[in-house]
Amino acid sequence: MVEMVSRPYASAFEAFAVKNPDVLCLSADLTSSCEIDGFRDRHPDQFLSLGMAEQNMMSFAGGLGLAGYRPFLHSFGVFLYRRPYDQLMASVAYPRRKVRLMGFLPGITTPGGMTHQAIEDIAVMRSIPNMSILETGDATEVESICEAADSIDGPVYCRVLRGSVPRLFDSPIKVGEMRELSTGADVLVVTSGIATEEALRARDALSNAGVSIRHLHIHTIKPFNEQALLDHIGSVKKGVVVLENHVIAGGVGSLVAEIMADNGVGKPLVRLGLNDTYAHGGSRAYLMKHYGLDAGALVRGIERVMGIKTGIDEEALAAARVDAVHSAVKAEAL
Amino acid sequence: MRNERSTEDIAMGIRRRVFEHSMRNNGGYLSQACSAAEQLAFLYNEGLNLGEPVLPAVPKPFAGVPSADNPDYVTGAGYNGPFEPQYDRLFIAPAHYALVAYATLIETGRMDAEGLEMFNKDGSSVEMIGAEHSPGMEVHNGTLGIGLSTGAGLAWGRKRRGEKGQTCVFMSDGEVQEGQTWEAVQAASHHGIDNLWALMDVNDQQCDGAMDSVMEVRDIATKFRAFGAVCVEIDAHDLDAMRQAKAEPHEGQPLIILARSSPTKGMSFLQKRFPRLHYVRFKSEQERAEMNISIAAELGIDPIELETH
Repeated sequence: MVEMVSRPYASAFEAFAVKNPDVLCLSADLTSSCEIDGFRDRHPDQFLSLGMAEQNMMSFAGGLGLAGYRPFLHSFGVFLYRRPYDQLMASVAYPRRKVRLMGFLPGITTPGGMTHQAIEDIAVMRSIPNMSILETGDATEVESICEAADSIDGPVYCRVLRGSVPRLFDSPIKVGEMRELSTGADVLVVTSGIATEEALRARDALSNAGVSIRHLHIHTIKPFNEQALLDHIGSVKKGVVVLENHVIAGGVGSLVAEIMADNGVGKPLVRLGLNDTYAHGGSRAYLMKHYGLDAGALVRGIERVMGIKTGIDEEALAAARVDAVHSAVKAEAL
Repeated sequence: MRNERSTEDIAMGIRRRVFEHSMRNNGGYLSQACSAAEQLAFLYNEGLNLGEPVLPAVPKPFAGVPSADNPDYVTGAGYNGPFEPQYDRLFIAPAHYALVAYATLIETGRMDAEGLEMFNKDGSSVEMIGAEHSPGMEVHNGTLGIGLSTGAGLAWGRKRRGEKGQTCVFMSDGEVQEGQTWEAVQAASHHGIDNLWALMDVNDQQCDGAMDSVMEVRDIATKFRAFGAVCVEIDAHDLDAMRQAKAEPHEGQPLIILARSSPTKGMSFLQKRFPRLHYVRFKSEQERAEMNISIAAELGIDPIELETH
């Protein structure tokens, strides 16, 4: 059974921040929602409440950066770039302030609907010069996100998971690298964030159907190791499928497409994600199925690249879940 | 660093220099020199505690934007002296006052007059809208309304580090139309950021014309007080009033000085252009010649020698 970790960010941030006095904890009225309420209560001197005023928070953080601090801004991802985009550009990104944007509720991980779902954040951040982007896909990555983010010489945007988070990996994020979760020879599957767990759900069913998958998990979206990706693409016979919790335009799928096009890689590519659409409010499982972000959608994508029908149905995926997720820990440990 | 000239004299020098530059270059931000000359002269000559400049008197050309590949990047803040705990820091929030700010640097001996010859020239760091790398600038403020927030963040951080130096934001009144300005004041007040003060050029002008015709902002002094600042209103051209306002106690609160100014002070000819004063271009060679004679006389100098076009 996969281990579920409760509020991994809460303890990880506290442990990291107390060791780093120049790290400041900033919040914009979503303190418990971003799991920093305990930190606020225990370390009030290192905590700054900036209220429901993200534009000021962003420029204020730029000022803190000028004073040599490394502010961690906590809010839902959407609130860290949609309203304060101008401030993000002028006060943080351009001058390369060491501001760490901790964006919770990435993509459809919230039932809050359009206003709460950061579905185009990666596309926005990828286009900003000087910006780095990290995304967490399990509890171990959440536990290591603070250290990873704070190692970056400049601003960084992080997609952070909250609440009950599965543990899939046993090693921390190494900025600039990617995780090889399997090394098959037919199709390269590239996933990030919560999409990785979906891909693991499909792993045994695909194996039983005779499909050999090479699977990469991406936690560092920018900067990106282009050559490593090209090597993996070169190692598979058929093509590439990308699944992400984000709109297809501008996300990891676009990143892969750009690298393939730039390097003249003539293999089929299927990009899965929100297909030029907003989502609405609902449970994560419902939204992933409804918008084609789940294991079933990934299997259909792999079938397109392979030009076959695997016969894998929902039942096979559901049955595969527990063992497959657990086996990822083992695979990583090898 | 203290200039031996009087602040009044420097203010006059700023107006003359901006006037001369605008005459020669077929237009410019003349009105901002009229309204803000005393304010910028006051800041650099007596209001702020600034160290000696640490950048060359003749500005270097544009040397690239900040990036991981540009390790030698520096901002223009070095013209305001080094970053040391005892010194004050200044942000020029309305970056389109750059011409006036550059003139001030020259009048206070922080930049050579040659620097202004580079104004708005391709490849120069002496940009028309002050950039981070422009002389006297520390951050980008061309997007109006972000300056006070930046100042508040820096001031909070400096206070936490126990630094004695204050943080000052030179502002323009148009910025009060931006919501962020009010977010900044409430945050500075909530967190008791009292090593922060702002001097605002209240000239009632904005790009489209008189502020009342574009968007009424009503009684901003009352609004600032309601948001938690100590607010003092003065005549922007009365330096004694400015000195007194700067001395206003504001423990636990930011200080905001509203300097009510005339956008044509010292250049009465510009009243003919009212209310379109944001950027003054000449409508004809005849107008340029008339303006040259009239304003030069008012500023006590000979008309500027103009190249024929």
